[in-house]
Amino acid sequence: MAATVIHAYYDDDDVLMHAVKKVKAEKHHIEEVYCPFPVHGLDKAMGLAPTRIAITSFMYGCLGLIVSIVMMKYIMIDDWPMDIGGKPSFSYIENMPAFVPIMFELTVFFAAHLMVITFYLRSRLWPFKKAENPDVRTTDAHFIMEIEVHNNESELKDLLLDTGAVELNIIKNSH
Amino acid sequence: MASHYEAPIRKPLVLGDKGYHDVSVDIAAPVEGRANKQWWIVFSIALAALLWGVGAIIYTISTGIGTWGLNKTVNWAWDITNFVWWVGIGHAGTLISAVLLLFRQKWRMAINRSAEAMTIFSVIQAGLFPIIHMGRPWLAYWVVPIPNQFGSLWVNFNSPLLWDVFAISTYLSVSLVFWWTGLLPDFGMIRDRAVKPFQKKIYGLVSFGWTGRAKDWQRFEEVSLVLAGLATPLVLSVHTIVSFDFATSVIPGWHTTIFPPYFVAGAIFSGFAMVQTLLIIMRKVSHLEDYITVQHIELMNIVIMITGSIVGCAYITELFIAWYSGVEYEQYAFLNRATGPYWWAYLLMMSCNVVSPQIMWFKKIRTSIVISFIISIVVNVGMWFERFVIIVTSLHRDYLPSSWTMFSPTFVDIGIFIGTIGFFFVLFLLYSRTFPVIAQAEVKSILKSSGSRFKALRDAGKPLYTISKNGIVRETIIGNEEEAAVSAEPDKESLLSTLGSFDSGTQEPDDLKKVKGIGPLMEKTLNKLGIFSFLQVSKMTQKEYDMLDALTGAFPGRAQRDDWAGQAKMFLNNDK
Repeated sequence: MAATVIHAYYDDDDVLMHAVKKVKAEKHHIEEVYCPFPVHGLDKAMGLAPTRIAITSFMYGCLGLIVSIVMMKYIMIDDWPMDIGGKPSFSYIENMPAFVPIMFELTVFFAAHLMVITFYLRSRLWPFKKAENPDVRTTDAHFIMEIEVHNNESELKDLLLDTGAVELNIIKNSH
Repeated sequence: MASHYEAPIRKPLVLGDKGYHDVSVDIAAPVEGRANKQWWIVFSIALAALLWGVGAIIYTISTGIGTWGLNKTVNWAWDITNFVWWVGIGHAGTLISAVLLLFRQKWRMAINRSAEAMTIFSVIQAGLFPIIHMGRPWLAYWVVPIPNQFGSLWVNFNSPLLWDVFAISTYLSVSLVFWWTGLLPDFGMIRDRAVKPFQKKIYGLVSFGWTGRAKDWQRFEEVSLVLAGLATPLVLSVHTIVSFDFATSVIPGWHTTIFPPYFVAGAIFSGFAMVQTLLIIMRKVSHLEDYITVQHIELMNIVIMITGSIVGCAYITELFIAWYSGVEYEQYAFLNRATGPYWWAYLLMMSCNVVSPQIMWFKKIRTSIVISFIISIVVNVGMWFERFVIIVTSLHRDYLPSSWTMFSPTFVDIGIFIGTIGFFFVLFLLYSRTFPVIAQAEVKSILKSSGSRFKALRDAGKPLYTISKNGIVRETIIGNEEEAAVSAEPDKESLLSTLGSFDSGTQEPDDLKKVKGIGPLMEKTLNKLGIFSFLQVSKMTQKEYDMLDALTGAFPGRAQRDDWAGQAKMFLNNDK
């Protein structure tokens, strides 16, 4: 990171939203916003692409359903087609009602767990992962907007102060 | 968040003059503080009960199931009664966090964390019973379809007991990740407030490095929503599958199609009652009355009343169908419940479950904390008896009169049940001292729409925020060690300019030592800087704390952690 970045601190979500809109209107690129709680509409205002995590969950659910069907078809119908209490084990469809509970549970199991794992990997969250928020206050009551400076430091500074930033931290990298 | 229209009819969900930082302070307080004597007393009792239960379990497993009161006819009694009871209690947690999320109920925010904890802990208790009621529990792994050396001998997927295995393990694991994912931002908050290195390390570990980027939040919310969408049918299916243990049998009194929805309604009923019991105590002990308000208690009572009425309808339906069926076995099963040797259990179940929730129709009663607490316990007793009645009265007299018998539990049956109650409370008490018991990030996100402070501002026509244009500018240079602070150079004058000066001629200095965290030494230091009154301390914000730390150089972060400003504000109000 050779460039200079500005961290603009805000202490209110509404002020932050106005600031994000203003900075976007001035055609500056917002590198990142750190928030202590979900600010609704922030992703839209920042222009973040919608997340596709729900789509992955649907696909994982389909996978779970297939796994359960294949497993029970093989075990109950193909491998040991036994007569257990008069239940028809001639074909999958004949004994299907008894398989529904597990088909359902495995669908949910796969959809939920694999989606959560996907979320953890995509958002880079795992035990022993070091937190990367630039200031401890961002998990309490402060919001930080991070903007990279390209020879427009004073202009950007004025703009950010004008949007109601309570604090600006100009981080210069001397390397 | 920009528009905050909320109908004026809605009462505030967060009371008091709370800002975002106050929420963090209030919720972190029980975690950062030390346990008091009462906590240790209650914890010791719970631990003793747990150890007693462990003894009873070891005795059962090493000696045999014959140590229980079961017999050849009644081969399920306290074990499965307790199992279904604990599973039922667990359901309210997911209901609060998932179903109420889908219905966008903001009041869930203050109670969902504890309700989910209750789910996890009670499902753990429930999960013990399927293992320990086995004759040969060391072969329990045979219920899992793993390839093996017996020519690959598999399990039979027709049995509801196997469905139970899948249902309970899915339910526990999905609830656990749902709960933990929701905890990440709150653990992050505690991690960032922690002063002691050990705490910082532990909360850093469990928060998985939560950073709170905009993209993280976007995904987080989507994940929560999808998990809620998955958990809702899961709740319904899990207790449905538990009810199949009975409903798919051929026993009169068990073989009923109403069981799946009726068990689910009963689960919500008893689960909410348990949440009510726990939260009424917790709000008092952890000083969370501003978050878990009487309105929350009232809304939970309404849910209890509705589900109690559904359960009442189910009882009547069962009785009607028994009469209408013309099957004498079925008719006798219900006659036996009402007038047989276990009539007292049936009467207890009917009065606790059908009559007691009906008094919630009176607003005076459902907004009374004491009565809510009593009713919540009554409901849990009633729901235990519901399961007991269904299981035992249907088994002890069925098709063949020659196999009619009675059931009475032994001390081992009772000991194991007491042990699970102890285990539950051990877990819950530990949780309440180490976990953020309220989802602070969620509460903060509704603070502007439903906090009493912002509601008052809105009603007065005042803006909810002000844009101040005189922020501080700092410069940090990475690479060489020095940090150049341009205008934030702390000095006495700038500190006093925001806090206001103190005139020792006309004003009397306050006893700052009243503030927790200010000792005699710190008081002297503060006096030297010109800070003498609670009024001055109460004006301190993050900026002033930092300046103070820079000036004194002692205990960095201490003032913020102890929330001196909030404490001083309290003393100010007391003096008025």
